[in-house]
Amino acid sequence: MPKKAHIKKVLLIGSGPIQIGQAAEFDFSGSQACRALREEGVKVVLVNSNPATIQTDPEMADEIYIEPIRAEIIEKIIEKERPDGILSGMGGQTGLNMTAELAERGALKGVEILGTPLEAIYQGEDREKFRALMEKIGEPVPRSMILNRMDQVEEALRMVGLPAIIRPAYTLGGSGGGIAHTREELVRIIEIGLSRSRIHQVLVEESVVGWKEIEFEVMRDAGDTCIIVCGMENVDPMGIHTGESVVVAPILTLRDDEFQTLRTAAIKIIRALDVQGGCNIQFAYMDGEYRVIEVNPRVSRSSALASKATGYPIARVAAKIAIGLRLDEITNSVTGCTPASFEPAIDYIVVKVPRWPFDKFKNADRTLTTAMKSTGEVMAIGRTVEEAFKKALRSIDTDMEVHTNPNEIRMILSRPTDERFTTLFDAVRAGFSIREIAELTHISPFFLEKIQNIVEMEKRIRDAPTSEVIRLAKKFGFTDAEIARESGYTAEEVGTMAGDPTYKIVDTCAAEFPARTPYFYSTWDTECEIPRTDEGKVLILGSGPIRIGQGIEFDYCTVHAVKALREEHVEVHIVNNNPETVSTDFDTSDRLFFEPMLLEDVVHILKKDHYMGVMVQFGGQNAVNLAVPLNEELKRLNLPTRILGTSPDSMDIAEDRDRFSLLLGQLGIPSPPNSSAYSLEEARMKAAAIGYPILVRPSYVLGGRAMEIVHDEIELEGYMKEAVRVSRHHPVLIDSFLQNAIELDVDAVCDGEEVLIGGIMEHIEQAGVHSGDSACVIPTQSLSQSILGRVKDYTRKIALGLGVVGLVNIQFAVKDDVVYVLEANPRASRTVPFVSKATGIPLAKIAAKTMIGKKLKDLGYREKAYSHVAVKEVLLPFNKLPGVDTVLGPEMKSTGEVMGIDYDFGRAYYKASISADNTIPVEGNIFISISKEQKDEVVQIAKKLKEIGLSLYGTGGTVDYLTEAGIPAQLVRKVQEGSPNVIDLLRRGEIRMIINTPTDKQSRQDHYQIMRVAVDYGVPYITTIQAARAAAMAIEAIKKERITIEPLSHYLGAM
Amino acid sequence: MEIMKAVLGLEDGTCVTGEGFGAVGECSGELVFSTQMGGYMEALTDPSYHGQILMFTFPTIGNYGVDRMNFQAPRVWALGCVAREICPVPEARPAFADFFEENGLLGIQGVDTRMLTVKTRVQGTLRAALLVGDEDTDRAVDMARRAKPISDADLIPAVSCTEPYHIAGKGKRIAVIDLGIKKNMIISLRHRDADIHVFPYNSTPDQVMACRPDALFISNGPGDPVHATDAIRCVKDLAGTLPIYGICMGNQICGLGLGGKTYKMKFGHRGTNQPVRYKDGSIYITTQNHGFAVAADTLPEGANVLYSNVNDGTLEGFEDPYLEITCVQFHPEAHGGPRDTEIPFFDTMFRRLG
Repeated sequence: MPKKAHIKKVLLIGSGPIQIGQAAEFDFSGSQACRALREEGVKVVLVNSNPATIQTDPEMADEIYIEPIRAEIIEKIIEKERPDGILSGMGGQTGLNMTAELAERGALKGVEILGTPLEAIYQGEDREKFRALMEKIGEPVPRSMILNRMDQVEEALRMVGLPAIIRPAYTLGGSGGGIAHTREELVRIIEIGLSRSRIHQVLVEESVVGWKEIEFEVMRDAGDTCIIVCGMENVDPMGIHTGESVVVAPILTLRDDEFQTLRTAAIKIIRALDVQGGCNIQFAYMDGEYRVIEVNPRVSRSSALASKATGYPIARVAAKIAIGLRLDEITNSVTGCTPASFEPAIDYIVVKVPRWPFDKFKNADRTLTTAMKSTGEVMAIGRTVEEAFKKALRSIDTDMEVHTNPNEIRMILSRPTDERFTTLFDAVRAGFSIREIAELTHISPFFLEKIQNIVEMEKRIRDAPTSEVIRLAKKFGFTDAEIARESGYTAEEVGTMAGDPTYKIVDTCAAEFPARTPYFYSTWDTECEIPRTDEGKVLILGSGPIRIGQGIEFDYCTVHAVKALREEHVEVHIVNNNPETVSTDFDTSDRLFFEPMLLEDVVHILKKDHYMGVMVQFGGQNAVNLAVPLNEELKRLNLPTRILGTSPDSMDIAEDRDRFSLLLGQLGIPSPPNSSAYSLEEARMKAAAIGYPILVRPSYVLGGRAMEIVHDEIELEGYMKEAVRVSRHHPVLIDSFLQNAIELDVDAVCDGEEVLIGGIMEHIEQAGVHSGDSACVIPTQSLSQSILGRVKDYTRKIALGLGVVGLVNIQFAVKDDVVYVLEANPRASRTVPFVSKATGIPLAKIAAKTMIGKKLKDLGYREKAYSHVAVKEVLLPFNKLPGVDTVLGPEMKSTGEVMGIDYDFGRAYYKASISADNTIPVEGNIFISISKEQKDEVVQIAKKLKEIGLSLYGTGGTVDYLTEAGIPAQLVRKVQEGSPNVIDLLRRGEIRMIINTPTDKQSRQDHYQIMRVAVDYGVPYITTIQAARAAAMAIEAIKKERITIEPLSHYLGAM
Repeated sequence: MEIMKAVLGLEDGTCVTGEGFGAVGECSGELVFSTQMGGYMEALTDPSYHGQILMFTFPTIGNYGVDRMNFQAPRVWALGCVAREICPVPEARPAFADFFEENGLLGIQGVDTRMLTVKTRVQGTLRAALLVGDEDTDRAVDMARRAKPISDADLIPAVSCTEPYHIAGKGKRIAVIDLGIKKNMIISLRHRDADIHVFPYNSTPDQVMACRPDALFISNGPGDPVHATDAIRCVKDLAGTLPIYGICMGNQICGLGLGGKTYKMKFGHRGTNQPVRYKDGSIYITTQNHGFAVAADTLPEGANVLYSNVNDGTLEGFEDPYLEITCVQFHPEAHGGPRDTEIPFFDTMFRRLG
């Protein structure tokens, strides 16, 4: 069948910011789709609000709109661009929902929906339609009932019974859902679910908790050919969202006849949905019975995992199918000699483990349910289940508490939290039988046996660490360090006894055909498939799982570094373990190593071939932390490989507070009084000398983990206990806290001689809010030329003074006309993609080139002036994490970011806000509650809001001073003052926005309750004065002037 | 626990040492690999693997134990089993290695199966010898070199039934020539109420016709199809008299019966993921297990290609509408593997039979 000749231009909707339930997988899928379509000569128009994506790079699509993913805006883009088709299934649920909304409002006249048809979007998300379809084709679904109103709860109780699962329609990652064991739980979860659902609908269904959870990734083309790309089995059985489960591929515990029953059903379902492209289908299976649980008629996190697990590029193939190509007309790019119409056969075992943000949110409810809470995941490949488990666990990068108390273990096993998987090992160590663990967890004994094997191996190493046992332990995925700990040998001795791993190819076909794809994993076998060549290569360390503080931005930088080196004809390899990302796409680099990234793993790779260098700057803090030990190991092994770019010693200067202060002193650059301490006693003395309030944090952590503002000695004492636990070998940093200062972020590249400043960003929140959580703007809005001059001057001096070669990010605070340097990080920062998108200067690429010796003056980039304004806003995960404190502080909490771009600050901020799901209202009621100390600023903001037509509500004190200032505001009771209060107004939908900055403990309590309700009901809330001012400016701008709808090239071309 | 040693030697001189499982003993024959990830018992009990040592590319075998209800014959027919790892404690019993031990079967684990697979792909199928309970590598290689090439071996008599038997049904009467038939072929016929008369491999056309069948069905079987002279004779004599259907070796027998030629493939097709293209362009994923194929260009006039392999273009099925011959190289009866072609093949067959 020829491809659809009339489709010449396609609109592709991205998924927006990284958030819980929607991570980097859609950048991966969307980027593949862009490439696949353009290969076929189809023009691509891309819309995404997330600047930290590869798909929004100029070379990826023909026109790129960094705009809010809102129907009214995309409608305008459609009018402007007149695409022939819209590819609905590449932007996750966001993309599907948007396609449906566009169709509903009649915006798709003359635009063909490609891939997932409209009806399938409804059938996938609308429970009633899904059920009806399954009944029509005779596929079993759990007993269930659909509710739209609270008064239907009793009926649901009768029809479905308990325990029951509640799933709201049209939400991401099952947000707002849960499992109810009691009537009370049922009522509560349904209430929240109804409010979260876009169409106020929830499904209550028969609980199949404890059944096996099986997933299929199915593809279908217009010729009705159907294939299963991958079957996956959840180690955690039904009851835990698949995104929250440890997953293995392929399916291991089903007999072939059971497997084929489900496979046949999966194909029947995709045919009934009439999807042309990819579809994820989930089943529950128990003793010969099955239920169809869910279909996702689009690419998904699971499809990204399946792509990486098999080598089969689902999104690429789905995009080609969407424009009419048939599976047998598409080449399997892995073999290059067989078509895409086959089912991958794999000869290894894949394990995925989710990464949760609970190290950041100590108060969050850590229970795992049918709603997603994880931010990312790792994947590991091994030739045994044990090896894959061990590799995945060391990729995950979290400190897990070891549990020895049997009661505690029993509790964790029966009420699953993020700790459960590692606690399975503790349970075996504590002597629990497999039968008992299986009863507590419903986890298949097959997997528990594997865990037992690992624990038994620990014992064997302890008892008799012969070289044979050590080899066996390596086959089970143990590291040299682990073996050393158990055996008493040094890690070096273990390494000598163990020898080196072999690397095998991921080739989609279990070696049946020769593979062109250089996609490798390590295992302990006999034959290594890496071809060693003489050419000098570069290895780039990736960033691992997406977690708060280390998001997609670092993957973006990694991919850019690869592209830059390839432009310079340098052979470049990547090591990474995150299956969602573009960097782990097999054709991004010349060689991909899907591996954990401990020192040992990286060194093993470096020993296998001739590497001239390693780049650690782009992978975030973990990669940077490897610089020093890696450098030492390279020397010890006498390898010619060097750490490229900024030297490990310079990195150490930047991290070491004392050495850095010394440098600043030499350069004559002011910094807030600061110090560092290893003990509480030392900290107490240093803090007193500096004077409270102080900012404290452990060194060598990213994303401000465990960073706090400390007001007195008592708070300091509490803090130090925790900090010492987090970072034993590194000191705690103590800084004087500059209250109400303006914070700046600068990203620059240095080649050792010259410095190129990419951008100076002004934070919208004041100093004290973590830079990763603060909205910021390019160009700066409130700083004089003299200050900017000093910022640039200091940036140059520091970059050269540190000996930076590559990227550097410097944070400044400006107070009383003094520019203070807060910190300098000679590595990729979170803001590099934003700066690159806002200014058109590809900082990471330039940096990579300087690291292999290119000079800035030869690369031809210049700092330029521009007339547009770009605002970065962040996305906070509070609606996904019940129980979390919603106040911003020095510890980073956001998961992702968006960009708003326009010709003035107000409109850019407006776009950024709505992209971050804070729909700033242009009319209606605004609730303000701010302490008297900030009264002067509040009055100005309130006046402006009133002038532009909004009504104000407030609590006692606020209303008093507003009225005094002549601004009418209506009084609302505080929460403690009883009903009706602000929460009742929120529930009734009478408040459209909240401005509330808590200062003391008392108001925090009130604030907490209000925010929780605001989050649950999706009402935008603002917690800083600066953001309130920005919001007022945005509302004013939007009332005066229309927002600009232009592609990125329009802004950048004008520069 | 003492680990039992085992060695696998190949005719090219390669020898790998691993852990033996099952019984002490030795065997020699072709080493073939299958890329299927499950359905290991279906494969091992498939009589078509007679004369071959079966290696699984999937690294862990026996994960769900031994599922007797899915056996394709009452016993394991593969000479031996080669795996990276055998799951010691599966959820269901018996465990794979225990079953091998109880039944005197030969196996080796702990070897680099991917290395052996690549070798087979590059060099073509190699003769091999498996010694369990022994570590004499030289002897293993020597034995591999002395093994009879599969084309020289007549493997069918061992796997065929010795006497005709009857499975009564109310529907169409099908005469089946058993060259080593898989159980699920019979099951697919029974699902359509067929009245089934099964004949041994050496039955004559007269013996077959004596049951007054509505159609003749020729099963799968091991080794080189040219040895099935009686079955080829049946096709030759009966073509045009009654509709003839064939699967796998049945496909090759029909080809030979019509005057076509078969050849030995470099390393064959074994797995559950082989795509075939039907004459109308539609694609099906099929189970396959064959080392010989019909050369498409030797098909006589009147016969046309029904299915071809999407990966390598080899013939996967043909028909002669005038003579009412329809046969496929792949396994529509599945077990293990996808069932996508079960309904198209068998339903079409019975629809045509009326």
